[in-house]
Amino acid sequence: MNGPWDVVIAGAGPAGLAAALYTGRARLSTIVLERAHPGGQILLTDWVENYPGFPSGVAPFELMNGFRKQAETFGARIESDEALSIAKSAAGFFLKGHSAEYEARSVIVATGSSYRRLGVEGEERLTGRGVSYCAVCDGAFFAGRDIAVVGGGDNALKEALFLTKFAKTLTLIHRRATFRGERIYQERVAANDKIRIRYDTIVCGVEGESKVEAISLIDLKDGSTSALPVAGLFVSIGTRPQTDFVKGFLELNEGGQAKVGRDMQTSVPGVFAAGDVCDACPKQIATAVGTGVHAALSVQEYLAR
Amino acid sequence: MSDAIVTGTDATFDAEVLKSGVPALVDFWAPWCGPCQMIAPLVEEIAESHKGKLKVVKLNVDENVQTPQTYGVMAIPTLILFKGGQPQEKVVGFESKAKLLDRIAKHL
Repeated sequence: MNGPWDVVIAGAGPAGLAAALYTGRARLSTIVLERAHPGGQILLTDWVENYPGFPSGVAPFELMNGFRKQAETFGARIESDEALSIAKSAAGFFLKGHSAEYEARSVIVATGSSYRRLGVEGEERLTGRGVSYCAVCDGAFFAGRDIAVVGGGDNALKEALFLTKFAKTLTLIHRRATFRGERIYQERVAANDKIRIRYDTIVCGVEGESKVEAISLIDLKDGSTSALPVAGLFVSIGTRPQTDFVKGFLELNEGGQAKVGRDMQTSVPGVFAAGDVCDACPKQIATAVGTGVHAALSVQEYLAR
Repeated sequence: MSDAIVTGTDATFDAEVLKSGVPALVDFWAPWCGPCQMIAPLVEEIAESHKGKLKVVKLNVDENVQTPQTYGVMAIPTLILFKGGQPQEKVVGFESKAKLLDRIAKHL
């Protein structure tokens, strides 16, 4: 048994690390559980240009290493472990991790989100064989090839723009008639010669023996189907909150996000949530930081009671 | 990087991996790949805890083009476990330590 800690923070993305900075500075004993390298989903992007204070943008690694160092400077401990379950205990809460167990007087759930899959025929079989969820990781394998991106949000547009560095042509497939992504990305996509756009179209299958050879499309306006020969399909259709370990313990909304009040407290007093896991938090680094800090301040109030 | 990890290249792949006396876990990675950095500490932990039973080799796909092609690596990180010169398990993308250990354990 490990603790009791004043606060156990699950997840070391922007929300968790910002919260850890504040609870550490408040002299609360703080441990952050992270199953991977600290940083979170942001590490999947190539460049961050909308985090205030960096007029020319910043590399995600540099930014997140700074977050981590700053939290550690003020005493937060970052532990390589993954929270698997949570329950109430005499000290407050009991978290079971993969390599240890933790007692906590309060908890901040900041486990973020992970990418969603399309759920179509061939997708899983060909993942890593042309189907990808990370343009930054896999883009270079498709130099000079024809590829497709599916999605219409910020991330899809951003990934499409990044991938034009490598691709011969890129087809951007979106199920609606207009993109949801930021205007600035829409403008850049429209101005890019390599990008062809297929609005009102869905991907219904991925074809290929040992690697992706084509994708099957349905045109939603007339119901017609077609095959588009591509070597790669990059899926960017949003994210899913990683709240499996609190299911049944916290109240979640239909999308699986933790319901929080104005103080970031969940349905269970003493358990707070921040960042992508909570309802009504826009999926931005800056808002993850904001809600992380807010949760940390609420933890201080809760423990002082 | 942990001294339990070997840096592999196209030139040394045969000797280091295919002819390895113990099963070899190869981590195909690149410096600009976020999830590769995310999975790196897990791979290091596994290397430390399996010294003598498992050889862990990191292969940079930027500097070594041939080996990834041979084994159809089109995404990183990809981890492939080799035993007796043959690939036994392939893990594409980030995976939790528990699942990695499960996949490895049955070949040791």
